[in-house]
Amino acid sequence: MQAIVVEQITKSYGPKGAVKALDGISFSVDKGELFGIIGPDGAGKTSLLRILATLILPDAGEAYLQDLHVVRDYKRLRSLLGYMPGRFSLYQDLSVQENLSFFAAVFGTRIEDNYELIKDIYVQLEPFKNRRAGALSGGMKQKLALCCALIHKPEVLLLDEPGTGVDPVSRKEFWDMLQRLKSWGITILVSTPNMDEAELCDRVALLHNGRILAMDTPAGIRDSYDRPLFAVRSADMYRLIQDLRHWPGAYSCYAFGEYAHLALHQSLQGFDKQADTVMAELQQYLESHHHTGIEVLRAAPGVEDCFIASTKDR
Amino acid sequence: MEEHVIFTDKLTKTFGPFTAVNQISFAVEAGEIFGFLGANGAGKTTALRMLSGLLKPTSGIAMVAGVDVMRHPEQVKRRIGYMSQKFSLYEDLTIRENIRFYGGIYGLSVQTIREKTKKLVDKLELGAHVDELVLRLPLGWRQKLALSVAMLHEPRIVFLDEPTSGVDPLTRRQFWDLIYEAAADGVTLMVTTHYMEEAEYCNRVSMMVDGKIEALDTPGQLKKTYHATSMDEVFRKLARG
Amino acid sequence: MNRFSAFIIKEFRHILRDRRTLLILFGMPMAQVLLFGFVLTNEIKNAAIAIVDPSKDAQSTALIQKLASSGYFRIEKNLEAASQLDPAFKEGKIKLAVVFPPDFARQLDHDGSAPIQLLGDASDPNTATTLINYASNIIQDFSTQRKAEAVLPYQIEVQTHMLYNPELKAVYSFVPGVMTLILMLISAMMTSITIAKEKELGTMEVLLASPLKPIQIILGKTTPYLVLSFINAIIVVLIGVFVFGMPIRGSILLLGLESALYMFVALSLGILISTRAATQQAALFMSALGLLMPTMLLSGFIFPRESMPYVLQALGNIIPATWFNQIIKGVMIKGAGIEVLWFQTCVLGVMAIVFVVLSMRNFKDRL
Repeated sequence: MQAIVVEQITKSYGPKGAVKALDGISFSVDKGELFGIIGPDGAGKTSLLRILATLILPDAGEAYLQDLHVVRDYKRLRSLLGYMPGRFSLYQDLSVQENLSFFAAVFGTRIEDNYELIKDIYVQLEPFKNRRAGALSGGMKQKLALCCALIHKPEVLLLDEPGTGVDPVSRKEFWDMLQRLKSWGITILVSTPNMDEAELCDRVALLHNGRILAMDTPAGIRDSYDRPLFAVRSADMYRLIQDLRHWPGAYSCYAFGEYAHLALHQSLQGFDKQADTVMAELQQYLESHHHTGIEVLRAAPGVEDCFIASTKDR
Repeated sequence: MEEHVIFTDKLTKTFGPFTAVNQISFAVEAGEIFGFLGANGAGKTTALRMLSGLLKPTSGIAMVAGVDVMRHPEQVKRRIGYMSQKFSLYEDLTIRENIRFYGGIYGLSVQTIREKTKKLVDKLELGAHVDELVLRLPLGWRQKLALSVAMLHEPRIVFLDEPTSGVDPLTRRQFWDLIYEAAADGVTLMVTTHYMEEAEYCNRVSMMVDGKIEALDTPGQLKKTYHATSMDEVFRKLARG
Repeated sequence: MNRFSAFIIKEFRHILRDRRTLLILFGMPMAQVLLFGFVLTNEIKNAAIAIVDPSKDAQSTALIQKLASSGYFRIEKNLEAASQLDPAFKEGKIKLAVVFPPDFARQLDHDGSAPIQLLGDASDPNTATTLINYASNIIQDFSTQRKAEAVLPYQIEVQTHMLYNPELKAVYSFVPGVMTLILMLISAMMTSITIAKEKELGTMEVLLASPLKPIQIILGKTTPYLVLSFINAIIVVLIGVFVFGMPIRGSILLLGLESALYMFVALSLGILISTRAATQQAALFMSALGLLMPTMLLSGFIFPRESMPYVLQALGNIIPATWFNQIIKGVMIKGAGIEVLWFQTCVLGVMAIVFVVLSMRNFKDRL
């Protein structure tokens, strides 16, 4: 069964719809799936999540959550939906405990009723339960917000950029929690601007300027990368990138962590046989440009490489 | 002792009972890309604001371009460029008007501003949009423009506060191209970021945890010291204490 | 715990934890009543005046004596000629001058009448009018006394009675006025700000995405402020009664019910504003400009409506405060009942229905 179905959703803002936030988006998410919407700021992530959360109306297109239409059936939908907005949206002047029991009451339930579901997360918050939410660290705030969104045991959970403003340690913990929530059969749609978080989802859609660039499992996305890719490094990164871009075979070259990722013009088809020759040529080229500490490796493309490739092509 | 472009000794800032920056000491050389890493609230922005003369330190020493930040914040401001993620350009002004405004602030002549506008617009390939409101530009373009505008008066030191937050991967790379280019010209850049992968692009990085610099070294050396394969892992090991 | 009570408890927690708002909520009404009551009175005491009395006879001396002992005036200058008055007025040393003719007593004895000139500094018209009135009354009094001694055949005596407020206490009009203002302020402004705050902080997004109905959100947000406004109304009335000796001549029950009706109108106005305002600042601005200013200026609380141009009077008619001000004055000072105030009450009732319908319609259950 499909928990989320989105068909040709379009949404514009501004006078005469000058700014197109979503431009004919379609996808579907299976029940119990962890689906990632990956894209930079302004890609349309928040608009999409708000439409699904029944908070704004699409200009065109249909969307269903658990077979309920987001516009027509919004009242029924709201009780089986858990939503965590992009900004921290809890009451900063209320304590952890007070926030949680308030949201429980809003959904007509009690903390005890679904305690099993939030137990893992809540035990971490328990020591601070009388602290005001405003005084919590970024990571703790996010955990509390997740608890509040889960308190009524929603069937679909919509999370808008839960990792923003959270340190890497808490972010990792947060993703671990999402993995555990899947075992309860909750369908999770999560948006993030961090490409590396794509790997933590079952499937992802890469969103850019209101359109979906690609949609697949993270592995599927990576496999779709059709150019040979090298990781190159030398002592002078800036000059390295400049020189690599001027290399005749280069399609693109960008910094990726401690390496520069160099993509070639030619297709991946049958490249394996020539790989060693190309690498030797490259080595030679860089040496002739007086680079030191040269290292050339075949690189496996990541989701970020794919994103860059498809935005560059446009 | 060689002349440091930026030098701090036990630099501290407290807000009431809260110590935002706790006795940080470091030195940065000319042409270096120096990264300030840390979680939100670790004190990165506060440290950067003190160094750029926007915030008076509570105690300690900070010398920027040979000027004491504590005593002559105004002189510091004249010698540096500053760009932050939150505020950089006026959205309701056009690109040309923004450049003219910032050029005017730093006392550039009309002629210089005109020349610079042309050079900058050509470089960023914004020619067709120079009379459009900044509001209408995509975020990535805005950030690149903001950096160029922050360097309009050719400062030798530039402070960048989370300049690439939320920007798409391609534009982020292009932004770093600009940073590298400036560094190659001998400009010193101090960058805060929470993308751990961007730490790799810096010559040296300082890891801030709860207001203190917990580690300061080249990315390669840090990974070696903490037996980590990525900066992300270094950070996680540091944050756990 | 049901949704509604959870909401109310949450709302009270917000209010009680925000010291500054709490101070505004309870400090301001008291400060306003006390300020208006003590400082801004229309009564003038010991005003500096000048006397020009070239006659210096028994009659003029007696009248000057009477003026000086009234308590309203303090004789600052005794001048020889009227020409010396101008510099004194310009320096601001005197507010009023009393000018006698050279042969005051003789004219009075011979002709039975004599002119006295009163000069007021009308750069402050309210003060000037008041002082001239005081002085005229004293002079009138003086002449009546003399006539009684002289026994004349015909005489018209004017008897003035200031009904309901014989001592003309300003506080009688300020306490109802402040109450009108405070109830509008707290009910409308605070409600609009508190709803806008939820929007600004993003919590409204979560509330809207929940199964809460708009009416539940609205009632949850407004009920606490209704309670607080009522407490405030009681405090203002108590200060009026016990500090300034104001009477409540009519029914206290009627006063309470009418106040509740007025608060209901104000609350629905607050909700209406909040449907338009996205930030607290916008809500504050809109309620200050759209509600407070008209309430203060046009309702008849500070400036008498009778002296306003027709357009402003008409504008005042659509302000709830205008009608409530009449009601509350009627009940407290005149002891009027519903049989007199039914029209004003009906106007408020219609306003309540209109604003509630409008605000419910405009309150979106989406972003």
